Amino acid sequence: MILEHKITLVTGASRGIGKAIALELGKYGATVIGTATSESGADHINQYLGEAHVSGMGLVMDVSNIEHINNGIETIQKSLGDVAILVNNAGITRDNLLARMKDDEWDSVLQTNLKSVFCLSRAVLRAMMKARSGRIINISSVVGTTGNPGQTNYAAAKAGMMGFSKSLAKEIGSRNITVNCVAPGFIDTDMTRSLSSDLQQSLIQHIPLGRLGRPEDVAAAVVFLASPAADYITGATLHVNGGMYME
Amino acid sequence: MEITEIEQRIKKIVAEQLGVNESEVKNESSFVNDLGADSLDTVELVMALEEEFECEIPDEQAEKINTVQEAIDFVAANTTQ
Repeated sequence: MILEHKITLVTGASRGIGKAIALELGKYGATVIGTATSESGADHINQYLGEAHVSGMGLVMDVSNIEHINNGIETIQKSLGDVAILVNNAGITRDNLLARMKDDEWDSVLQTNLKSVFCLSRAVLRAMMKARSGRIINISSVVGTTGNPGQTNYAAAKAGMMGFSKSLAKEIGSRNITVNCVAPGFIDTDMTRSLSSDLQQSLIQHIPLGRLGRPEDVAAAVVFLASPAADYITGATLHVNGGMYME
Repeated sequence: MEITEIEQRIKKIVAEQLGVNESEVKNESSFVNDLGADSLDTVELVMALEEEFECEIPDEQAEKINTVQEAIDFVAANTTQ
């Protein structure tokens, strides 16, 4: 299998896109460590990985906490080995119009969605550099490219990921480590289900493929970027959005 | 720790890290000019030295370590092993 025994870390893997990514990577042989912020989330990850016969484990990690990150990476290193594939998926929204946005709403989104990418990438980079191979895949968003009212914080973080990825891709390309983004459009998850059905309908009108995306649609793109088929792709953003935004 | 021991360990790390033959690594060798290191190589080298000698090399010190001898001097002055 193309990802046999590759140690893979997927943040925010208890549900939605992260869960689909963890399962899809596991299907191709990867050993998957999925993170969640709570014990119950980590238990759920253990449960679904076990049911799918995927090796790996759920791990409690708050990606906005640098100590959690460093301890988590150490735990993985000791129990399973060095991370070969990092998927930065964990993310939150705190939507508000800018005129009403609180410092806390800005900071928490930037901390969880963007600073975590920096901290986790740095934490796994040394081992990847030594191994002369590695994959970092950052789950951005169409909103990082198009913008969206009420999401200045979220869009800034998601666009920030793309600039981060391109810069890091240039820094460590010589070590055979690739850094790419996947930018989902509107995917059918808890995050989008909270939108009103009227809003959902109007969104679908702007999607040429005429439906919301499935988490599995995003997961397939991640598997591709993680696989040897994507050896020569770095610094790229792969849009998975049903055509709602085209580059 | 004896200077000769430091020297041996550093030359071994430099050779491994930069993919050169250990016989090419002289005390006066410059990592960039003589051994073909790029900026990322020198960062990796500093990190490897930190690991090997269990010390921390601040950026402003690291910038001054450009040759094998400078690395030996730094380690000799900053480790108590």
